[in-house]
Amino acid sequence: MRDDLENAAPLLVLDSVTVRAANTTLLDGVSLSVLAGAPTALIGPNGSGKTTLLRVMMGLVETASGRIERNNDTRAIVFQKPVMLRRTVADNVAFALLAASRPADHETISNLLAQVGLTGIANRPARKLSGGEQQRLGIARALARQPRLLLLDEATASLDPAQTSLIEELISAIADGGVKIIFATHDLGQARRLAGDVVFLVKGRVAEHAAAATFFNQPASKAARRFLAGDLVL
Amino acid sequence: MDASSSLYLILSGDPTLYAIVRLSLIVTLSATILAGLIGLPLGAFVALTRFPGRDVVTVLLNGLMGLPPVVVGLLVYLALSRSGPLGFFGLLFTPQAMIIAQAMLITPIIAALTRQAIEDLWGEYREEFTAMDVPPLMRVRALLWDARFSLVTILLAGFGRAAAEVGAVMIVGGNIDGFTRVMTTTIALETSKGDLALALGLGVVLIAIILSVNALAWSIRQWAERYAG
Repeated sequence: MRDDLENAAPLLVLDSVTVRAANTTLLDGVSLSVLAGAPTALIGPNGSGKTTLLRVMMGLVETASGRIERNNDTRAIVFQKPVMLRRTVADNVAFALLAASRPADHETISNLLAQVGLTGIANRPARKLSGGEQQRLGIARALARQPRLLLLDEATASLDPAQTSLIEELISAIADGGVKIIFATHDLGQARRLAGDVVFLVKGRVAEHAAAATFFNQPASKAARRFLAGDLVL
Repeated sequence: MDASSSLYLILSGDPTLYAIVRLSLIVTLSATILAGLIGLPLGAFVALTRFPGRDVVTVLLNGLMGLPPVVVGLLVYLALSRSGPLGFFGLLFTPQAMIIAQAMLITPIIAALTRQAIEDLWGEYREEFTAMDVPPLMRVRALLWDARFSLVTILLAGFGRAAAEVGAVMIVGGNIDGFTRVMTTTIALETSKGDLALALGLGVVLIAIILSVNALAWSIRQWAERYAG
């Protein structure tokens, strides 16, 4: 699988990227090629740099050193707790469409809401939605940008199994539609279910990057073996 | 006795009392609109832009919220008096002068509270807007729109402050019977004269107005929570 992926042109290349905040190194010389194809899972302990890496990919964080090569593909991100605008569900999507210089007509809004399974609650205040619904609305807003690369930061954290399942189905459907998805997760089962490849981060470094089957069945690094065995990797 | 007389004045539709109430409302509403036109954009500008001295402006706006009405009255008096820089307008001892004084008094309140409301909302929205590549003008419009319920509440707070004010309008209005006499100045005057019936009647109306404004602000907040989130 890795060989297949490596033959494709990368959507994003990070070369020895380091990010610092105050006196802390959040990412330490991360090198990574993001290729089109099945979703990529970012896993690792808390504080390993998953969220920072997603933000770097999105261009929201300044790097201390290293090189980032982006082609001009549109990117979008859904944060762990997406902030809902103080408007209705439909108006949140309309805002994202207008921000992306797309027409915010009724049909486009309805299609996006249907895509994420929020048909029927278009006129509800967005802030009154459940956590899972807010995540799906966040994804609808991201899709309004028509991204080729979609970054999801722990999209199912603190959701119940039913909501998690809905989000996972949505991620699969979006990936099947040709959008490259990179998602950070603490849920190893979710990484197994969704990911084509896994990036395992420890202390801001890429400890391992491998096809999902290889990573879960034959992890190369000691840290990954311990992490998968349920040991505390600090 | 005074209480029943004041109640009679209110219920009988006493023309003197209601003329004073009417003028008070005109002056205060006008001042609130004027202060809103200046304070809302000023607060939004300070909240959303970075410029040298911004912190000083913020501290100044916050400090001016406690501006003493008599000082405002004195400043407006000096500016509008015949020998003052704006004396040629001939506005001293007119309702217009009272509007200017009240607007000066509440503009810092509206600007400072607007800055805080917009800045708080911007703190919430900043990362999403950056990720969405929202253009600057669209950001400002969105923030003002999404803060609309807070801004209305701020305007109502300004209205309440202006309506209850006595020192500034007394100085620049002169408390002229039938021309610049408003509720607060009348209450002060009639109390000193010992005519407590009219003073009490106006006091009841003033409190009713202030309570109504606060009830309106509370209702707007409740409605916003329910329907806009």
